[in-house]
Amino acid sequence: MNKIWLIIKREYVTRVRNKTFLLSTFLLPLMIVLFIAGSIFLSVKSEEKSKRIAFADSSEFFKPLLRNDSSKLNFVFDKTIDTVNYTKKGFDGFVYLDDSANHHFVLRTPKAASMSTISSIESKLNEAYQNYQLQKSGIDKAYLDSLRKASSRYFSVDNKGDDDKIVNAGVNYAVGFGSGILIYITMFIFGAMVMRGVMEEKTNRIAEVMVSSVKPFQLMLGKILGIGAVGLTQLLLWIILMSALSLVATAFLPADIMSQVQQIQNNPAVVNNNAAQFNEAAKLMANVSSLNWPLIIGCFIFYFIGGYLFYSSLFAAVGSVVNEDPQEAQSLMLPIMMPIIFGFIILSSNLNTPDNDAMFWGSMIPFTSPIVMMGRISTSPPWWQLALSMVLLIGGFLFTTWMAGKIYRTGILMYGKKASWKEMIKWTFRK
Amino acid sequence: MNILELQNLKKYFATQKAVDDISFNIAQGDIFGLLGPNGAGKTTLLRMITGIFYPDSGEVVFNGRKFDPINDTAYIGYMPEERGLYKKMKIGEQAVYLAQLKGLSKADAMSKIKAWFVKFEMESWWNKKVEDLSKGMSQKLQFVTTVLHEPKLIILDEPFSGLDPVNANLIKDEIFSLAQKGSTIIFSTHRMEQVEEICNHIVLVNKGKKILDGTVKEVKNEFKENMYRIGAAILPEDLQHPAFEVIKHKPDELLLKLAPGTKTNDVLQYFISKNITVNTFSEVFPSLNEIFIKLVEGTKNARQFQEI
Repeated sequence: MNKIWLIIKREYVTRVRNKTFLLSTFLLPLMIVLFIAGSIFLSVKSEEKSKRIAFADSSEFFKPLLRNDSSKLNFVFDKTIDTVNYTKKGFDGFVYLDDSANHHFVLRTPKAASMSTISSIESKLNEAYQNYQLQKSGIDKAYLDSLRKASSRYFSVDNKGDDDKIVNAGVNYAVGFGSGILIYITMFIFGAMVMRGVMEEKTNRIAEVMVSSVKPFQLMLGKILGIGAVGLTQLLLWIILMSALSLVATAFLPADIMSQVQQIQNNPAVVNNNAAQFNEAAKLMANVSSLNWPLIIGCFIFYFIGGYLFYSSLFAAVGSVVNEDPQEAQSLMLPIMMPIIFGFIILSSNLNTPDNDAMFWGSMIPFTSPIVMMGRISTSPPWWQLALSMVLLIGGFLFTTWMAGKIYRTGILMYGKKASWKEMIKWTFRK
Repeated sequence: MNILELQNLKKYFATQKAVDDISFNIAQGDIFGLLGPNGAGKTTLLRMITGIFYPDSGEVVFNGRKFDPINDTAYIGYMPEERGLYKKMKIGEQAVYLAQLKGLSKADAMSKIKAWFVKFEMESWWNKKVEDLSKGMSQKLQFVTTVLHEPKLIILDEPFSGLDPVNANLIKDEIFSLAQKGSTIIFSTHRMEQVEEICNHIVLVNKGKKILDGTVKEVKNEFKENMYRIGAAILPEDLQHPAFEVIKHKPDELLLKLAPGTKTNDVLQYFISKNITVNTFSEVFPSLNEIFIKLVEGTKNARQFQEI
């Protein structure tokens, strides 16, 4: 036991001290936050700039109809402007009536206009023309608007599960997909790390030196647990960093949104009655914080560890039977990667229906359960299913570790040729 | 007292009888040579002694008790032929780590490593990485990590490969002094001149079977061919006598093969009667190299795959 501890410590310390570990741990959350902040900043910035559009309308047909209520577009009616001098007078665009066609307006801009500018001018003109037509046929605009509003009251989503908690399909989807994909990626990263570690021991010829002091199984287990601890450390650091950064981010949110969030949390019923009152951002925040986070994080850690243990021992077995040639490793890795990828496919194609058969079986079978169950977790699957899935995963990794240990112990001392699957199966059932 | 007794060890692989019923004993303090051509089963034998493989049948008795791989490996230091170290690890840490795996405490390991590093003039290496070392340097480090925990049984498989004569002598002297302190050393090689120089007890295996066992002296006696070398100032050409046959003739030296039952004094008498002043007269023993070749030759050189 003491020896396994020493091996775990070495595997852990040498990796955590490594510069790439520090870089990936601290840079990744920072990059995600910067990416989100950057894209928000850019979209906000591009909205700020409003366009001044000159409008030459000799018939003065549109002048009473077009209202400058949006900050993005500013129409100026000026008869002295023409296609030659509109840029000099500081306009971004010029709309004029084309005399060759009846009621046909043409937009001219110094450079090609952006899609959003064109479509907003177009919708403005259309809206103005539509209002004009409504007025002409004697329909009051305000009356029509009130009719439209009334019809939207006939249907709304209650947003509450039977346990009286607000649930939101979109948030569930995002949480399920996000945690599933995270497990999928980490299983590959840390599984491959185990495999490379075993290959390093074999190609450096240290394996035989080591197994004269410790049993091969101890060596394999120590490596798996050590690298697993590295992965767990990295994940926990990411969670801590991300939540610290999001706290910083919420501090910059307007105060009224935060007070709305609290109001929704205290009394979910108000959301439905006064939906319009609340900001979309506030609703989203309330939905996110209403999820059962302790369960989600707890399950995430369990399925990360379980899935990692299940697959890393298989990766270790592959690492032990190949030699220096990375090509050999790839062909042997494929059968291990297939179920992981398959689990991800189940998750991504059935996430909209988290209770269907594919998701149920996918979340029970240990080959795919770490990924698929995380997709179901935010919709609170029945307790017995969760418990059964966990028990099967524990049984699964005990089995794969036992099997991998048998292959590993022979493979690690074999030099020269790559073992075939047939030989590996033979090693498994040898005493 | 025997530190190690092998009793009818067998280990069969899918296509080979790697070790086929081998028994021998090694006494404490011996420097024991395990010899054999490539693929004779030496490494498999050593792996069973170090507890890496379990024998299919037969028993290993270590220090008077049945060998217990889990606890007894602390008393064994094994330097395999396929050896290496973690490339990215610092040398000092690496040595401490390997010593701890053999059951030494950290402080104990540190002081022992420092002492060895001083002895081998390696003090400045502590914070270097293994990848910075030359082959000879890492060989020295490997030797230190093998003997650091003062094992009762030290197993060295081709310990001098890659070492220059100066460093090889350094290691050789350490082997002698370790044996003097009571450690037993198993030494596996196919370099016979080293065996002759270092070992006092040898076993030769070929094709999984033991074909020779004894002290170097016994073995040489067994294979001697009654050859004598005689040296004199001037030796005439026409020396003939029924008691011996001249194998080689040099102006001042003769190699004689004595006829069975001849006494050496009879030969000397003949030379004295011929009025030849004899300077030297000594028995010639075959070298281990000659014995090795004689025994192994004739069997098929490469091992054949066989059905079990």
